[in-house]
Amino acid sequence: MFKYLKQLTSLVAMVAVLFTFTTETMAAKKSKTLKNTQKKGFVRCGVSQGLPGFSNADAAGNWTGVDVDVCRAVAAAVLGDANKVKFTPLSAKERFTALTSNEIDILSRNTTWTLSRDADIGLTFVGVNFYDGQGFMVRKNSGYSSVNDFKNGISACTNLGTTTELNMRDFFNSKGISYEPVTFEKADEVVAAYDAGRCDTYTTDKSGLAAQRIKLSSPDDHIVLPETISKEPLGPVVRQGDSVWEDIVRWSLNTMIEAEEYGVTSANADSMKTSDNPAVKRLVGAEGELGAALGLDNDWSLRIIKQVGNYGESYKRNIADTGILPDRGPNELWTKGGILYVPPAR
Amino acid sequence: MNIKKILPQLLTLLVVILIFGFFSYNAQVNMENRGITFGYGFLSQESSFDVQFSLIEFDGSHSYFRAYLVGLLNTILVSVIGIIFATIIGVVVGIARLSNNYLINRTAGVYVEFFRNIPLLLQIFFWYFAALRALPLPQDTEPMFGVFFLTIKGFFVPAFVWNNLDIFIYSIIAAIISIIFIKIYARKKQENEGIQTPVLSISIGLLIILPLLSFLFGGVDASVEVPVIKQLSQSGFTYEGGIKLPPELISLALALSLYTATFIAECVRAGVQGVSKGQKEAAASIGLTPNQVLKLVVMPQALRIIIPPTTNQYLNLTKNSSLAAAIAYPDLVLVFAGTALMQTGRAIEIVSITMFTYLSLSISISIFMNWYNKKIAIKEK
Repeated sequence: MFKYLKQLTSLVAMVAVLFTFTTETMAAKKSKTLKNTQKKGFVRCGVSQGLPGFSNADAAGNWTGVDVDVCRAVAAAVLGDANKVKFTPLSAKERFTALTSNEIDILSRNTTWTLSRDADIGLTFVGVNFYDGQGFMVRKNSGYSSVNDFKNGISACTNLGTTTELNMRDFFNSKGISYEPVTFEKADEVVAAYDAGRCDTYTTDKSGLAAQRIKLSSPDDHIVLPETISKEPLGPVVRQGDSVWEDIVRWSLNTMIEAEEYGVTSANADSMKTSDNPAVKRLVGAEGELGAALGLDNDWSLRIIKQVGNYGESYKRNIADTGILPDRGPNELWTKGGILYVPPAR
Repeated sequence: MNIKKILPQLLTLLVVILIFGFFSYNAQVNMENRGITFGYGFLSQESSFDVQFSLIEFDGSHSYFRAYLVGLLNTILVSVIGIIFATIIGVVVGIARLSNNYLINRTAGVYVEFFRNIPLLLQIFFWYFAALRALPLPQDTEPMFGVFFLTIKGFFVPAFVWNNLDIFIYSIIAAIISIIFIKIYARKKQENEGIQTPVLSISIGLLIILPLLSFLFGGVDASVEVPVIKQLSQSGFTYEGGIKLPPELISLALALSLYTATFIAECVRAGVQGVSKGQKEAAASIGLTPNQVLKLVVMPQALRIIIPPTTNQYLNLTKNSSLAAAIAYPDLVLVFAGTALMQTGRAIEIVSITMFTYLSLSISISIFMNWYNKKIAIKEK
């Protein structure tokens, strides 16, 4: 009974679409998330509860950060306005459930891409917007200069429900060191407990360590050890099963990176329309019909670059200029010795 | 059987089944659409994470099921500690509120009003971060009695290292069994001859003498292992050996018992005030001593009023222990519904197991308290 009803409604819908001659493309019709987003008028984006440089709200409630900029780019592409985003702060524990249960449409919350997360729990990772790795922060006066100085009985504070928890075990196990894991649900409590002296070391992604260090009572008394014990490619995540929406988010991110590669910035984007380079012209929508393939108009990428900026601008604004990680390290373009390399937008 | 009586009940049952059916069908369809599988097979997989404090041996090579047990035992541990202390504080404060001494009863009153009107989560944070701020670093601590070390990293106490522990345990079991027999004998003797036997002093004597004999003749031997300070780095220290109670456990137990004790105190006050004055006067007039009045007349009647609401408080305390996740105490919610859920992504399975576990815990406490309540109820002949 329900089955037929469903088929009947979709038939009616299809006929209606055919007869009203809407300009809606095939892609938009197939993507429920895109349709809902356009109907609502804002992009629903899951972010962290406050990680400077990645997703952090100021006193007025304005969100900034490189993770935030991914959602803003999608909003600029889909809705034409980078400010039409509704941010939902999520703990590490809540984030995947919020996405799979339809509370949010993009999870852009310094989330590590792993096989089991990608394949097992109904999620799809669309790319990497920050290459990170797990590190350790210790007190300067401890005299530790390397993770090889760690001794049996060391206590380590970290966040609950993260890859950090697993990497930490792998690391201490491989070194044969017995340790005490102290895991909190919220990052602020981890920082407070480490600051008070509950733990000898604080371990999480190095970007996180750099960002959270600002919150310590005397940041200069702490150092991040040089070793990186894991690969942590962080990137935006969408629900499995909506490949058009997945493509939109993926190519919104890729556009930002490619724009940096071709030197297109928020300031010069308009003038690039008359560029001699066809790749640049495609990027600003002056050539080709790339938007249509995603169910968008042809200015989608131009809007991203104009309103949000390219990846380099976003990094500089959020991470470098705030003193969190001035050195881009692996997050530099492949043409400049980093590993940021995206497929061509053509 | 009257069909009119049964029909509405059948309809209600049908509606309940339909609602449950709808939700499970809905969940099934949604999970299928998103490519999420359902099953409890993950429980036997390797957990690959560690837990800071557990009563049974646990590390990442053990299964998720064992992680569940670790969380469950930690929840039970903090609940039992909380219930014991809440009861002691509650009874003392409850009786203090009835005191004729103005200072004592006002102090008790202020304590009750203060602690029961502040949200528990705040109190937990307060005790935890207050403890972390106030407690000394391991190298700065002053030992208590030379063997106890209270530090920011935990309360380090000496551990007993036993030889022939089993014989010691048998001696205690033997003492308990003989106490039960003596009680039965004493009751018979009182019923038949009217002579009272000093059961309490005999029981205490047995509990001391039998274990003592096991030390002298059973080859039982215990030595004490005192925690020793250990240097981790130029500025970091910890203690090794002995037993370590993490600060998370201490502050959680403290917050839970101080909070719940206020409610128990009110139950106790209400119970004692609920016994009419005439009872006490009548008991005194037939020549019972004040101790006997309290033990034989007032308390049995007061307990009947105290027990049912106190049972509720025990249940609340057990459920409130799930706030542990906020301060890193590895209870069921943190270990299983937290870390294990995140690492496996099995939300529905894990949340259902966790809910069922809390339900079973609450029902067990409730069954035990109902049994106790029935036992002390008036037995009309």
